[in-house]
Amino acid sequence: MKKPEPVQVVKQRRDSALRALVGTVPYLQFMGIEFDRRGDEVTATMPYKDELIGNPMLPALHGGATAAFMEATALMELSWQMLWSDLENGKIDVAELTPDNMPRLPKTINFTVDYLLSGLPRDAYARARVIRSGRRYATVHVEAWQDNRQKPIAQAVGHFLMPSRDA
Amino acid sequence: MAVDLENMARVFVEGLPHGRALGMKLSVIEPGAAEIEMPYAEHLIGDPQTGVIAGGAVSALMDTCCGVAVSSHPDHRSTTATLNLRIDYMRSATPGQTITTRAECYNVTRSVAFVRATAYDEDRDRPVATATGSFTAGGKK
Repeated sequence: MKKPEPVQVVKQRRDSALRALVGTVPYLQFMGIEFDRRGDEVTATMPYKDELIGNPMLPALHGGATAAFMEATALMELSWQMLWSDLENGKIDVAELTPDNMPRLPKTINFTVDYLLSGLPRDAYARARVIRSGRRYATVHVEAWQDNRQKPIAQAVGHFLMPSRDA
Repeated sequence: MAVDLENMARVFVEGLPHGRALGMKLSVIEPGAAEIEMPYAEHLIGDPQTGVIAGGAVSALMDTCCGVAVSSHPDHRSTTATLNLRIDYMRSATPGQTITTRAECYNVTRSVAFVRATAYDEDRDRPVATATGSFTAGGKK
C-alpha cells in the first residue's frame, strides 16, 4: 500500500497552487483581496483601506467595492475547484504552474448583489458556494460579512461561463 | 442650480476615495441621469491572459453612476444607498479602451428609486454591460 503523503507536502502544494491562481490577477492586488484556505474551503478577505470608502460621511464601504469583492470570491472559488481536482489527481504539477499555463478563468454572465447592511470601515470576509457547475455554465452564491458571521452585509448570485477544457 | 447639481455630482464621483482610486470622471450630469468615464488601467485587469478589465471594476463604475443618477433626480436630491444591483455582461471590454457608463433613474417612489445603466467602450453600438438596480430614496431630505 502507498504511504500517505506527509502533511507539509500536501499543504505546501495546495497553498502554492492557490497563491499562483490569485497572484496572476492585478485587480486582486489593487483591491488587496486575500484568500485563506482550510482544506478545500476558501475564505476571501478584503482588508480595510481608505480607498474602499464610498461615503466618507458615514463612513461606509463603496457598494461597488463590496460587489467587486464578492464577484472575485465567486470567480476564485470556481477556478479553485477546477484547479483542485487536477491538482489532487496529479494532472497538474504546481511547480510547472506559470501565469501563461494557468487554467483560464470563468467569465461572468451576470451578477446580482443584495445589500443588507452598510459596510463598515473594517475588514470584510466572503465565502462562495457553487450551487451548480456544469460543462458550460455555473451558478454561484456568495455571502459577505464583517464582524458577525450571522449578519451578512451582502449576498450575491452570479452565473458564469466556464472555460472550455480540452482533454 | 445647474452648477450646484454638477458640483455635487463631481464631488460624489471624483471626490470619493473609491471613485478616485478607479480613476472615474463625471462627463455628463442631468436631472435623473449621469455619465461617468473610467480609463483603462493595468491595475484594473481581471484576466491577465487577455488584459480585459475585471468585472468588479465595471460593477463599481455602474454602482457609482446609478447612485449619481438617483441623487440628481428632481424628486429625490439627496444621498442614496444601493439596495440591489444586477449586472449583465454582454461581452469583454476591449483592452486599452475607456469604459463609459450612462445611468438613468426612471422612477422614484417615496422609498425606492429605480435605475438602469449601460456601459460601453469606444464601440458605442455594442454595449459591454447593462445594469438594473433599486436604491434607497426619501429618508432625510
